[in-house]
Amino acid sequence: MNTIRQFHDVINDSDGYARRLKNDSGKKILGYFCSYTPEEIIHAAGIHPLRLFGTRSAIAHADAHLQAYSCSLVRGVLEEALAGRLEFLDGAVFPHTCDSIQRLSDIWRLNLKFSFHSDVVLPVKLDTSSARQYMGDVLRKFKRELEMDLGLSITDAQLSKSIKTFNTIKRALGKIYRLRSANPGLIAGADVYALVKSAMIMDRADAAEKLTAVADQLEKTKAAGADSGKRIVLSGGLCDHADIYSIIEKSGGAVVWDDLCTGSRYFEGLVSEGGDPIEALADRFTERVVCPAKHSSITARGDGIVGIAKEHRASGVIFLLLKFCDPHSFDYPYMKEMLDREGVPSMLMEIEQDLPSEGQLSTRFEAFIEMLR
Amino acid sequence: MSEEHLKKDPEKEKMKVKSIKKMKEIMTAYYIDAKTAAQNGKKVAWITSGGPVEPLIVMDAIPVYPENHGAMIGASKMGVDLCEKAEDMGYCRDICSYARSDIAASTVNGGPIGGLPAPDFLVCCNNICGTVLKWYEVQARYYKVPLFIFDTPFCHTEFSSEARKYVRSQIDEYIKFLEVVCGKKFDMDKMKEVGRLSLQGQRLWQDVLDTTMNKPAPMSAFDAFFHLALIVTLRGTQTAVDYYTMLLEEMKERAAQKIGAVPNERYRLLWDNLPVWFKTKWLSDKFASYDACLVADTYTSAWCGSLEYLDENDFLGSMVEGYTRIYLNIGVDEMLKIIKKMIKKYDVDGIVMHSNRSCKPYSLGQYDIMKSLQRDTGLPSLMIEADMVDERAWSESQIETRIDAFMEIIKQKKG
Repeated sequence: MNTIRQFHDVINDSDGYARRLKNDSGKKILGYFCSYTPEEIIHAAGIHPLRLFGTRSAIAHADAHLQAYSCSLVRGVLEEALAGRLEFLDGAVFPHTCDSIQRLSDIWRLNLKFSFHSDVVLPVKLDTSSARQYMGDVLRKFKRELEMDLGLSITDAQLSKSIKTFNTIKRALGKIYRLRSANPGLIAGADVYALVKSAMIMDRADAAEKLTAVADQLEKTKAAGADSGKRIVLSGGLCDHADIYSIIEKSGGAVVWDDLCTGSRYFEGLVSEGGDPIEALADRFTERVVCPAKHSSITARGDGIVGIAKEHRASGVIFLLLKFCDPHSFDYPYMKEMLDREGVPSMLMEIEQDLPSEGQLSTRFEAFIEMLR
Repeated sequence: MSEEHLKKDPEKEKMKVKSIKKMKEIMTAYYIDAKTAAQNGKKVAWITSGGPVEPLIVMDAIPVYPENHGAMIGASKMGVDLCEKAEDMGYCRDICSYARSDIAASTVNGGPIGGLPAPDFLVCCNNICGTVLKWYEVQARYYKVPLFIFDTPFCHTEFSSEARKYVRSQIDEYIKFLEVVCGKKFDMDKMKEVGRLSLQGQRLWQDVLDTTMNKPAPMSAFDAFFHLALIVTLRGTQTAVDYYTMLLEEMKERAAQKIGAVPNERYRLLWDNLPVWFKTKWLSDKFASYDACLVADTYTSAWCGSLEYLDENDFLGSMVEGYTRIYLNIGVDEMLKIIKKMIKKYDVDGIVMHSNRSCKPYSLGQYDIMKSLQRDTGLPSLMIEADMVDERAWSESQIETRIDAFMEIIKQKKG
C-alpha cells in the first residue's frame, strides 16, 4: 500500500521528523519511555509527546553511567541524549515502571540539562481503591507540574479534545490489528509495526487522521491471495525491529496479534470521553492490559496471553524479551506454563537493540514454526 | 597476597566478637520457631527485608525473610546450584539471585536450613525494588496464599503529599488484611509497645554501627553484615533490643581497649551495596592484609536510616514516611548526600563499590556517585563487579588486581 510508505519514512528518521515538527509548529517536545505516560495531558498542553526508543549507534557515552547489565533500551536512550542527538527535546517524562527506568530518570536529571523533567510516580498495584485514588492524584500532580513549569494552563476542554484524538489513534490501530487478525495476508507485519511506532512519533492530529484513513482503506481491500502462514502472537516489552516481522513471515509465520508495549498494550482500552478527563485517564491506566511492572492480580498476564492466543487462534506464541528486562523475565515461566496447559506452543527469543544475524533468527523461527500445527 | 596474611593470628582469635555465639543461638531458635509454627498454631508470613514488620509482630505471626534466606544460601555457597535450578525452571540468569535461589529452594526444600517454612500469607513492600513484586507474585502462585502489596512510591527528590496519603491508607488496609488472614483483632496497645521496641532496636543498631567512629574501629562492615540479621528479622521484639544492648556494650568495651576489627588499622574504607555473601571472609582478609578496615557501609545502616521520620508516639502513622523514605527508594543524588555524610562521620579514606548484578536499584547510578565523590571529595573509589549470591559472576584474579591497585592509591594518598 502506497500510503504506508510515509509511516516508514517517519520511523526511519524520527529525529528528523521531530526537528521539522518543532521548526514548523514551534511546539515544545517532551520525550517519554513507556506506555504509562499520560500523553493526553502533555498533548493537551500543546506539547508534542515523542516516544524515545534505543539507538542503532554504538554505545560510547552511556557506558560511563550504566552498567553492562542494563537493558539496551535504557542504555540506548541515554546514549542518544548524551551524544546530543536529542537536542530538540525540551525535557522528558519518566513514568515509574521498572527499576532501570527509575534510575535512568536520576541519571538523566543529573547529567542532562533539558529544561523540563518529571517523574510520574504511578502506583505499582492497580487493584485497590486507594491505588485508583492515588492514580488520579498523580495525574493531577503531573498536570500541575506541566502548568507551573511551562507557564500555561490546561483546561478540561483541551484535555477532552486530546483524549478524543488519542482515542481515534487507538481505535484505528485496534481496527488495523483486528483486520489483520481476520486476514493476515492483508498487510505485512513490518507495515503494522511502522504504523504503531509512527503513532508514538507523529503529530497526533495528523496520526489520527492518517491512521484512520489506512484502517478504512484496509477494510475495503481484499487481500491478495490466501495466507498460509502459521498464526503467531508476539509477547514482550517492545519490539523495535521491522526485520523480525519479515523474518517470521519468511519462516512461514504471520504475526496476527501481540502483547507488546509498542503494540496492543499501547492502544487497548479507550479513555472515556465523558466526565472528568483526569479521572477518565486514571480509569484507563488502572484497567488497561497490565505491564509486568504493575500488579493487577497474580495471574493477570498469564490470563491475558491465554486470552489473546484463544481469541486470535494463535498457532504459537513468540516471547520477544529484551535482555536484562527483569519484570518480563519473571513472568515468562508462568506465562509459558499457562500456554502449555492450553496446548499453545511458545518459544523464547532474547533480543537486544542489535539483532542476531538474519540467518540465526530464521533458523530459530523456522524450527519453531515448522513444529506448529 | 602471601600465605602469612591469611593465617589465623592468635591475637586476633582472642579479639573475636563474643556476642556472635548469642546471635547464633537466637537465630537458631528463631528458625526452629518458624519451622514449627504450624504445630504451635502460629502463622508464618513471608515479608520483604524493608517491609513494615511491626504489625506482624503485633499479630503474633512469625515473619520470615526470603532475602535473609538468600543471604544464607550465598554465605553457605549453595547459590550456584539453586540458581541453576531456577534457570532450568525458565528463570533467566540475569534476574536477582536472591529471587532465583529462593524460588528454586521452595521446590526442593534446598539451602542450608532445608528450605523456609511455607508461608500462610505474603507481605511485599516495594521500597527496595520492583523485583520483589515479581518474586512475591511467583511465590503467591506457588504456595497459593494471599499476597499483600505495600506500595511505597519512589521518592526521586521529594516525598509528595499524594504519596503520603496513598501510603497512609495502605496501613489501614494492611491491618485489615492481617485481621482477616490471622483471624483476630489487631491490638493497638500492643502496637504501641512493638513500635517502641522497634525504635529502640533501631537506635541501638545505629549506636552499634557508630562505634566504628572509634579508631581503630571495634568492628567492621563484615561484622555488621552478620549482626544485621536481628534488626531485619526480629525488629520490634525485646530479643533484638537485648541483643543489641549486649553487642553495643561489647563494642564500647573493645573501643575503650583499642581493640580493632583489623589489627594495626591504618586505612578506613566505606562499602557500598549488598555484601558478596560467598566472599565476605576473602574480602575481609584481603583488605585486612593492607591494614584496611571497612568501617561502614550503606547497606546495614539502611535498617536505621529513616529513624528521623519515625515517631514513638505515633509509630503506625510515622511508618508512612519511615518506610517510604528509605535508602533504596530515593534518587541517586539523595543517596550521594547520605554517602557524603558517612564519609565524614566515619572518616574514611576510600570507598569500595560493589556493582551487584542482582540489584539494579542499588547499582545503577553508582558510576555517577563515584564520579561525584571523586570530583567533590577527591576520595579514591573502587568498583567491584560481582553478585551477592551467584558465584559465577565472581572473577577473583581480576578483583584482586583491582583491589591491589586501589590500595596502592590509598597508600600513596595517605602514606
